[in-house]
Amino acid sequence: MELIYSLAVGIFCACGVWLLLRPRTFQVILGLALLSYATNLFIFAMGRLTLDRPPLIDPNVVADASLYDDPIPQALVLTAIVIGFATTALFLVMLIASRGFTGTDHVDGVEKDE
Amino acid sequence: MSTLLRHLPVLPIVLPLISGALLLFLPQQRTVLRSSIALLSTLAQVAIAAYLLHRLIDPQPGLLEHGVEVYVLGGWVAPYGIVLVVDRLSALMLALNAAIALPVHVYSLAHWDRVGVHYHSMLQFLLMGLNGAFLTGDLFNLFVFFEILLSASYGLLLHGSNAVRVKAGLHYVAVNLAGSLIFLIGVALIYGVAGTLNMADLGVQWAAMAPERRSLFEAGVGILGIAFLIKAGIWPLNFWLPKTYTAASPPVAAMFAIMTKVGVYALLRMGSLLAIPEAPAPFAGPWLFYGTVATMWFGIVGMLAARQLTRLVAFSVIASSGTLLAVIALGVTSATAPVLLYLIASVPAGTAFFLIAGMTERLRVNSVTEETRAPQPTTYTAFMAGEPHEVGDNELDEVGVAIPAALAFLGMAFVSCTLLTTGMPPLVGFMAKFSIISALLGAAMDQSSLDAWLLIVSLLAAGFAGLIALTKRGMRSFWSTGRTTPRLRFIEAMPVAFLILLCVTMTIAAGPVMNYLDSAAEWLHEPNAYIHAVLPTREVSP
Repeated sequence: MELIYSLAVGIFCACGVWLLLRPRTFQVILGLALLSYATNLFIFAMGRLTLDRPPLIDPNVVADASLYDDPIPQALVLTAIVIGFATTALFLVMLIASRGFTGTDHVDGVEKDE
Repeated sequence: MSTLLRHLPVLPIVLPLISGALLLFLPQQRTVLRSSIALLSTLAQVAIAAYLLHRLIDPQPGLLEHGVEVYVLGGWVAPYGIVLVVDRLSALMLALNAAIALPVHVYSLAHWDRVGVHYHSMLQFLLMGLNGAFLTGDLFNLFVFFEILLSASYGLLLHGSNAVRVKAGLHYVAVNLAGSLIFLIGVALIYGVAGTLNMADLGVQWAAMAPERRSLFEAGVGILGIAFLIKAGIWPLNFWLPKTYTAASPPVAAMFAIMTKVGVYALLRMGSLLAIPEAPAPFAGPWLFYGTVATMWFGIVGMLAARQLTRLVAFSVIASSGTLLAVIALGVTSATAPVLLYLIASVPAGTAFFLIAGMTERLRVNSVTEETRAPQPTTYTAFMAGEPHEVGDNELDEVGVAIPAALAFLGMAFVSCTLLTTGMPPLVGFMAKFSIISALLGAAMDQSSLDAWLLIVSLLAAGFAGLIALTKRGMRSFWSTGRTTPRLRFIEAMPVAFLILLCVTMTIAAGPVMNYLDSAAEWLHEPNAYIHAVLPTREVSP
């Protein structure tokens, strides 16, 4: 599971960085989205990968830390997702505004090769 | 009353949050009501920050045992709960923030708050983010407050959108989103190794960390440091900065002058807590030092090459960020207090400069340029807010009490700011640079360190380059033929006068100011006081 998980994070990250460096605004926003997926998965993995361990304490079961998963990375991921979603939405608005102002979807507002 | 006093540390965050949210629900047409609420909130923040600062100038025993006040949110003790920490440095930053927020706010009332929608709300949210970042004692909350201030700054940068602003904004947002992701990766790595994000607890963990876990922790802290360095505008992570600051409207650029200092503050804070046994790479040592010296030279070259006043000031902001961190990176303990003085002198000067730049724009014969032209209607239709009634096509047609001798005032303000930024006598900028150089000279003589000499040369060169560039710029603005005498309103001139008077006051009261900064620096080099206040049972042994 660790191997698949880390491969997934790595592929997301590589694709994200590549897209981020592309000249079109839409590619940039997709790149940022992929990068934020990679980051979120990475934060999640920092709570260690475990199976069948809920992050919430069940009052009917004996209190034993080894039965539970660390809830903090999951809370962090949730916050990061919300913030990332908001900023991506804002970026999308700017992308459209920029397209409206400059008439091109190049990140610099001008076509380089024309 | 005493209950309110107990909750004082959280008010700089809650107050702008409430007022900013409230302003969202008031219709755009109620200009006076909206401005009054926003102004009241800013004034209250000034009062709170001043009180917090005052309490730490001469802390009474019993009330503030260590010169540190810890506010435990929700009663959950650290390291499990979230804490806000007011120590001398954060109180100083809060006061600095409030001291520049008030003039910027007043200045924007003249015209700029009406060129787009929700200006006041965004300014309040920006203040909330800044105050929170200075107060928080927890790494993840630092991230959240960074995001709040960045989101507000995205909105403010686009305020009064035109093509230039949207283009610069696109780059600014992309860079900062990537920076935030880097921040998160750093935070995650640190949590994965240390199992905590409380800054004081991290200091404890770092001092006692097993060698095999150290490298991963250092990697995490290193990634985190990169995120701070992007915010602080350190070369080569600062190419977004000049364009952004030049494109922003004058009051927004003026407020942005303190935003690079949030990165500096975060580095300083984390660096001081991780200083035992030795701070990791981005917080001290050669990497930071050479990077920041390169930043200073980048600022110098940029200042000399800049053709626009705003661009010039943006480069001087970069140079001042570089100066601050270079002195910290060199690790000369006696230079910490002077560098804090430099911080509180350079930020108001930079702010005043951006405000002046907004006014000198009008000296040109055709004063309505791309920057100052009335907004494109896109913003209003996009947000369905309706046309605001008071924005004319030409801002100069607007009625307002004009001040006499506008040109003389602008010239004087320009000269004072030049003196402050370049560190020429007699103002506080000179004192700051002089005391930094004197501390560095001591270190250079004692340890015969080449780095100290390099920094002294860079400091003098930065001052000299700033003087040349600003003199040239000033001559072109004020002595050239074919200029018009501008009409300045009181409400625009007063904030600049306030900022300069603030610096003059600091010059006159340099003794008490320096005493405070000395004790702030002393606390900064004694992380145990901070750690002990947050986690009473733990301690770090050097």
